[in-house]
Amino acid sequence: MSVAGSSTLRRLAPFAGLALVILVFAVLTGAPEQYLSIPNLRIVLAQTVIVAIGAVGMTMIIVSGGIDLSVGSTIALTSVATALTIDRSGSPAFAIALAILLGAAVGAVNGLVITTLRVVPFIATLGMLGVARGVAKWAAGEMTVAAPETWINELAVTFPSQAWMVVAPGVWITIVLAVAASLALQRTVFGRHVFAIGSNEVAARACGIAVTRMKVAIYALAGSAFGLAGVMQMSRLRQGDPTVAAGAELDIIAAVVIGGGSLSGGQGSILGAMIGALIMAFLRNGCQQVGWPNYIQEIIIGAIIVIAVALESRARARN
Amino acid sequence: MTIFSLRGVRKRFGVTTALDGVDLDITPGEVLAIIGENGAGKSTLLNVMAGALAPDQGTVSLGTADVAYIRQELSLFPHLTVAENILMGREPSRFGVIDRAAAAARTRALLDEFGRPEISPDDIVGQLSPATRQVVEICRALAANARLILMDEPTSSLERADVVRLFASIRKVCARGIAVVYVSHFLEEIREIAAQALVLRDGRSVWSGSLDEIADEVLIRHMIGRPVEAVFGDAQPRTRGEVVLAVQSLANATFELHRGEILGIAGLVGSGRTELLRALFGLDAVGHGEVIIRAERLTAQRLSPIDVIQRGLGYLSEDRRVEGLFPHLSVRENLTMTRLDGRDIGAWIERLRIKAGDIEDSVVTLSGGNQQKVLIARLLHQGAEILLLDQPTRGIDVGTKAEIYDLIRALAAEGKAIVMVSSYLPEVFGVCDHLAVMNRGGLSAVRPIDAWTPDSVLEAAIGGGSVAA
Repeated sequence: MSVAGSSTLRRLAPFAGLALVILVFAVLTGAPEQYLSIPNLRIVLAQTVIVAIGAVGMTMIIVSGGIDLSVGSTIALTSVATALTIDRSGSPAFAIALAILLGAAVGAVNGLVITTLRVVPFIATLGMLGVARGVAKWAAGEMTVAAPETWINELAVTFPSQAWMVVAPGVWITIVLAVAASLALQRTVFGRHVFAIGSNEVAARACGIAVTRMKVAIYALAGSAFGLAGVMQMSRLRQGDPTVAAGAELDIIAAVVIGGGSLSGGQGSILGAMIGALIMAFLRNGCQQVGWPNYIQEIIIGAIIVIAVALESRARARN
Repeated sequence: MTIFSLRGVRKRFGVTTALDGVDLDITPGEVLAIIGENGAGKSTLLNVMAGALAPDQGTVSLGTADVAYIRQELSLFPHLTVAENILMGREPSRFGVIDRAAAAARTRALLDEFGRPEISPDDIVGQLSPATRQVVEICRALAANARLILMDEPTSSLERADVVRLFASIRKVCARGIAVVYVSHFLEEIREIAAQALVLRDGRSVWSGSLDEIADEVLIRHMIGRPVEAVFGDAQPRTRGEVVLAVQSLANATFELHRGEILGIAGLVGSGRTELLRALFGLDAVGHGEVIIRAERLTAQRLSPIDVIQRGLGYLSEDRRVEGLFPHLSVRENLTMTRLDGRDIGAWIERLRIKAGDIEDSVVTLSGGNQQKVLIARLLHQGAEILLLDQPTRGIDVGTKAEIYDLIRALAAEGKAIVMVSSYLPEVFGVCDHLAVMNRGGLSAVRPIDAWTPDSVLEAAIGGGSVAA
C-alpha cells in the first residue's frame, strides 16, 4: 500500500515541479496574466517542440539503459537534409520522409556500433556527434541552406495561420507522437522488452529477448524521432543550418532525467520527459520575461537537473 | 525414464579444462544435487545443461525437456512488476499489444497454484525479499513450461525460515513431475532436499548415487580427494599474549582480545555481529563506547577506517564482491590497495597458495576461494596485527576452507590477534579458542571454547538475553 502510494507520489513529482516553476515565474514577472496568456503559452509550446520530440526518442534509449549524445548533430544533419531536399525536389512530404529515414539510419548505425562492435553507448554516440555534425557541414557546404517557402515552414511557427489550430501544428504532432510512444512503451511487447533490457540485460537475454536486434531497433526508432525534430528545426529557422542544435543533447537528456528517467536504465516515462521539457521551456521563457540574462537561466537549469535527480534518489533510498 | 542426460561432456576454456567427461541422468520429479568445490566445474556444467555453452565433446540429450536456469542473483528485472517478470519473453499479446487482463490472470493463477496468493502481480520485484524473489523466478520457470529447473546456490543469501519455504516450493515443483538440479555447498541442506547426488571434482563426475547410502565424510572425501579430518587440521600450540584490543560498550559489546588468540563470534544472521565489526573498524558511526587498541584509547566517534588501519586493524567483509574486491583491477592492485608498496607480494601469493595465472590478471579471473585469499593477503600485506574476519569461508569450497583455517591458525601462532565471525558451528569449534555469542545486538561474555557446547551456543544465540555480559 505504502509502496504504491509513494510511487504514485514520485510519478506526480514532475507535475509538482512544473506547477512550482509556473507559479514562481508568474509571481516574479509581476504580470501573471501576461506570463500565462495564450500568446505566451503558444510561444513556450512552440519553443518546446524540438526538445520534446527529441525527448520522446531519448526516453526509449535511456529506459533501455543506453544514451545518445548525437541528437544535436542528428537534428542539424536532418534539418540540412530537409532544406536540401525541398530545394532539389520541391516536395515537402518527400523531404520529411527522407529526414526521418536519415535520422533512423544514423540511429541504426549507433545501434550497430554499440552491439556488434561492443562500444559503450556513451562513446559510440560521442563519435556520431562528431561524424553527423561533420557530414551536415559538408552537405551544406559549410553554409546555411536556403529552402523555398513551403508548408513545412508552418509546422513550428509560434502563431499558426489557421486560427482553429490554436497552437502550431508541430505541437499537435508532438502530442500525437508522445501519446503513441507512451502507449508503445507501456502497452506493447516491444515496450516491455525495452524496460527489460534496461533493467537487466543478462536476464533479458536469458528470457529469449533478441537484445541485439532490439537495441538497433530502439536507436533507429529514436533516430527517426530525431529526424522529425530536425524537420521542426528547419521549420523554425526556415533554412537548413549545419551548426544548429549544438548542445541540444544535454537539454533532451535533462528533460528525460527531470521526468524520472534513470541513466542506469529500467526507469523513465514519456509523460515525465514531456513535463521535463516543459519545465525547462517555462524556465527559459520566465527568465526572459523577468529580464534575467542567459547565464542565470543556465545556472538555474543546471541546478534544477541536480535537484530533481537528488530528490528522486532520496525517494528511492527511502523505499 | 530419463528426461535429460549427458554423456562424456568435455569443455575447455583456453588451457583450463572445465569439464572432463561428465555423465548424468535426470528422471522426472527428482531433485539431483550437484556437489563440488569451487572450480570443480559446477557453473560450467549448469551452463552446458541450460544450453548457454556448447560442449566441445560429448552429447547432451535434451529429451523433451525445456530447461530453466535460476542463477544466483542475475535473472530478475528489479524495476518491473512480478507479473512482468514472470511472463517476460512470453507476454500474452494481440498484434504486439499486451493483453493485460490475460497477463494478470495468468500470473494470479500461477501464484495461487503455487500457494503464495499473498504475492501481488503488481509488486515491484526490486522491493521484494530475496526469498519472494526466488518464488518469482520459480513461477517464471513454470510459466515457461520448464521440465527441468537448474538452481545455482539458491540459499546462499537466505535465512533459515526462507530456506524452509524454498524447499517447500521445490517439493511442489517436483510433485508436478518437474526435475530440479540443485547446486549448493551445504551438505545438511542437500540431504534435506535431494535424494540423488553427483559429485564433481576437477571437471569429472567422481561419484553419483543415492545420498542415503553415503556418509558425509565419504562425500567430502570425494569432493576434495582427501579425508575429512584434514579439513580442520591439527591445532598448532599457541600462547595467549597480552591484550591488544579492548572494546568497551561499543555497539553493546565489551570484550578483550589477546595476541595469539582466535576469538569466535557466533550468533544468528542479523544478530548484530557484522554491525559490531563495522563499528569497530569505523565503517558505521555508533554513538557511544570506546576501544583501546594496543594501549591507545579511542572513543567511538574517533573510529575511522584510516585511523584503525594505521593502528594495525584489518577487516575482511562478509561480502567480498561488494565490499572487498575491485573487479576491474589486477590481483596485484587488489592485494596492494591498502599499502601500495608492491615488492615481495610474490611471497604472499606463495604463502597463501593463491592460484592465479598472472598477478597482472584481473582479480575476477580467479575462483571465489582464491579471491578470498587475495583479500586476506591484502590485510597481511598492510601489516595488520588484529584481523577482523567476517565469515571468512563463506561461499568457499571445502578444500580452500581447510587452507584458510590452517592460515588463520598459523597467523595466530605468529602472534596475530583474530576475531572471526561465523555462522557455521563446526568451524567455530574447529578453529577458535575463545567464543562469545551475539544475541539481538548484545554480546555474551567471552569463554574458552571448551566451556561451550553446540547446544549452549544455540541457546545463547536464540535465548532471552540472560547470557549477555
